[in-house]
Amino acid sequence: MSNSQLTPGIVPARLPARLYAENFSDHQPPLGPHEARVAADRCYFCFDAPCMTACPTSIDIPLFIRQIATGTPDAAARTILSQNILGGMCARVCPTETLCEEVCVRETAEGKPVEIGRLQRFAADGLMAQGIHPFTRAASTGKRVAVVGAGPAGLACAHRLAMKGHEVMVFERRPKSGGLNEYGIAAYKATNGFAQREVEWLLKIGGITVKNGVMLGRDVALGDLMTDYDAVFLGIGLAGVNALRVEGEDLPGVRDAIDFISDLRQATDLSTVPVGREVVVIGGGMTAVDAAVQSKLLGAEVVSIVYRRGREKMSASGYEQEHATRNGVCIIHGAAPVRVIGEGRTEAVEFAYTEEGPQGLTLSVERFTLKADQVFKAIGQTLAGAPQAIAVEAGKLPRHPMPKLWCGGDCALGGEDLTVTAVAEGRDAAEEIHAALSAAL
Amino acid sequence: MANLATNFIGIKSPNPFWLASAPPTDKEVNVRRAYEAGWGGVVWKTLGSEGPPVVNVSGPRYGAIWGADRRLLGLNNIELITDRPLEVNLREIKQVKRDWPDRALIISLMVPCDEESWCDILSRIEDTGADGVELNFGCPHGMAERGMGSAVGQVPEYIEMVTRWVKKHSRMPCIVKLTPNITDVRKPAEAARRGGADAVSLINTINSITGVDLDDFAPQPTIDGKGTHGGYCGPAVKPIALNMVAEIARHPETQGLPISGIGGVTTWRDAAEFMALGAGNVQVCTAAMTYGFRVVQEMISGLSDYMDRKGFTSTTDLVGRAVPNVTDWQYLNLNYVTKAQISEADCIKCGRCYIACEDTSHQAIEMLPDRSFKVKDEECVACNLCVNVCPVENCITMVRMPKGQVDPRTGRPVGDYANWVMHPNNPMARAAE
Repeated sequence: MSNSQLTPGIVPARLPARLYAENFSDHQPPLGPHEARVAADRCYFCFDAPCMTACPTSIDIPLFIRQIATGTPDAAARTILSQNILGGMCARVCPTETLCEEVCVRETAEGKPVEIGRLQRFAADGLMAQGIHPFTRAASTGKRVAVVGAGPAGLACAHRLAMKGHEVMVFERRPKSGGLNEYGIAAYKATNGFAQREVEWLLKIGGITVKNGVMLGRDVALGDLMTDYDAVFLGIGLAGVNALRVEGEDLPGVRDAIDFISDLRQATDLSTVPVGREVVVIGGGMTAVDAAVQSKLLGAEVVSIVYRRGREKMSASGYEQEHATRNGVCIIHGAAPVRVIGEGRTEAVEFAYTEEGPQGLTLSVERFTLKADQVFKAIGQTLAGAPQAIAVEAGKLPRHPMPKLWCGGDCALGGEDLTVTAVAEGRDAAEEIHAALSAAL
Repeated sequence: MANLATNFIGIKSPNPFWLASAPPTDKEVNVRRAYEAGWGGVVWKTLGSEGPPVVNVSGPRYGAIWGADRRLLGLNNIELITDRPLEVNLREIKQVKRDWPDRALIISLMVPCDEESWCDILSRIEDTGADGVELNFGCPHGMAERGMGSAVGQVPEYIEMVTRWVKKHSRMPCIVKLTPNITDVRKPAEAARRGGADAVSLINTINSITGVDLDDFAPQPTIDGKGTHGGYCGPAVKPIALNMVAEIARHPETQGLPISGIGGVTTWRDAAEFMALGAGNVQVCTAAMTYGFRVVQEMISGLSDYMDRKGFTSTTDLVGRAVPNVTDWQYLNLNYVTKAQISEADCIKCGRCYIACEDTSHQAIEMLPDRSFKVKDEECVACNLCVNVCPVENCITMVRMPKGQVDPRTGRPVGDYANWVMHPNNPMARAAE
């Protein structure tokens, strides 16, 4: 193919073949042993450490860093994984700049936190590379638990339950397990098939059976699960996507950012993934950034993120925003789409500047138009496919809606929609399930 | 810029920074490089008697301990005195001294403990032009087993005897280098003085094992599965050295005996501290072995700036200035009351002061819900541990309570100077007339 960055329309192979590997390599390369020791030396081993408090999975960060510093990274990995079985992925995708590293006392002291995320990755990767699974199952309890959704919440829940000696059956609607780790995050954050390797490694605990291609409500009913199993955990994520609700939204060229990311992640050859010459991403979260940056890396000439509110309201962190702009993405704040323009295909998007007032956000009369072959919608995901039997609250499922049933992860109430939060909720639900099942014994 | 020139027992050097007798001063090439870098003097690596030179190990000679970021804090060595022929060393010394007449050049010596050996070596170095000799009574390894080095330095009578021989057979200024591997460093210093020494230098290295190989179960540095104690030096030994220097400086029998301070001098500040405690100059080794000879430039600029700030025009203004303030515990003012004070503006909220105090001291720091830290004056004994563990310099300070104010810990007002000698709890207390 002879496409270039300037080829109009939505086309694949905009870049020379060699650039794909370069563009989609590990965006933050792993620390080597020396780098890790140097980075670990900066940790002060704080008392009641703020980083640990900020971590949704409450990893004992000062301890694991001290273990790295003292030359025992495998012990560090066990410290991490005992709290967060997806510690490897979280080390890659956690917005550490708004969690542990934001509150690191060395951020306070020098504006440069201890590199907690990278150190965590160093330890976790090291153990996984040796093929070591550091946990063993307790004696079988004879109890069976169904887990719906093999994303971070479901996997964390399943692992903890298996460890406690329960038999776990995981139902996953997609062909692969991992949830958003596999389908929903930028490729350069989890290179070399890490999401799948991590799932395989996690399953080494034993006692977990995963059935892929099974969808709740279509292939299996909640009622049957409740009858057939001693407990049920739902970690079904947010399968729906918010619509723009503007004229022209249905034009070819407008699509959900999450689908684009998913296609990209599943592509074996990135040069086959089509992308527009001029791409507009609407939204202000991590998905918007991941879609925009990857569009750029696929060779789009001009990529813009347009967010309806101000910079400080963006749910993508400052670090993520910088990551986007460093990659050549233009971020426009305070503008909302009013219509998608085009004859038979997307050609442009018209925006109105917004004004924050007492009545909320209003559109001003000031308008502008961005050329666009492709428009990605990244204005949030919504709960979809939830069983009728559960009363939805504020668009989410309660964590423990009824006896024998627990929910966690993005689909459930509480916490931010983050991988690490999902892991914490899955793990905690498993502990509650275990307590309930133990009491019943 | 302050004048750093020093005259140490008649030996002049442009600054008080000498390289100690050690691997960096074993050869002409090293010493020339040192002088070029700016070192004021060099104590040439210890010469032995005429005859086949000593033999060193061909495995590791050094072991180390490190702080954060692998900063070298302590270095241990099992190297012996020079293993080069005496004639080569003498020829090089003569040449170097001729080319660098304004720099001090001292020859370190270690020969068997008989008058003839000392007489012989002294006659051989006579015409090198060297400025003085340093008697190596300190090396704790290799030579001590042959009745030299610290084997002499640990017996004050031998020190006195050998020093007397040296003074008898040579007109050169004589510095006696002392080993710290002894119970009371004042005794060998007294002996050196009795023997006629012009000065003492200290400390030599400390017997040490830097580590153990936990796979081979051998001490480090390890030679073919075995290890032996070596001599420890570097920043880690500085506090030990400072105390020994101070002990000699204030001891009535050794007071006034010139001291060349050695032991972990790494920066200008270390040097100034040794000098304040009575050292007329300092000798450096580990800092140079860690960073190269260029470190002397920071020492020169730092000491000079410090002296300017203090209005000192000569190093003699600094030397010994802290000696009168070194005292015995029993004379410390027990009515000197301070309380820790935490600067909230500087606090980075690591909590180390809190946990150190709570777990291991006096439960005198309170952690408030907003993660700020407050000293409980009624519990604080002013131990200073919080200051020492705080990563931010000067974030925690000890603030003195004025006289008359009630110490909330004891309920008693802060009184006048009173020490243990006067204290009612002291069974031996005398009235403070």
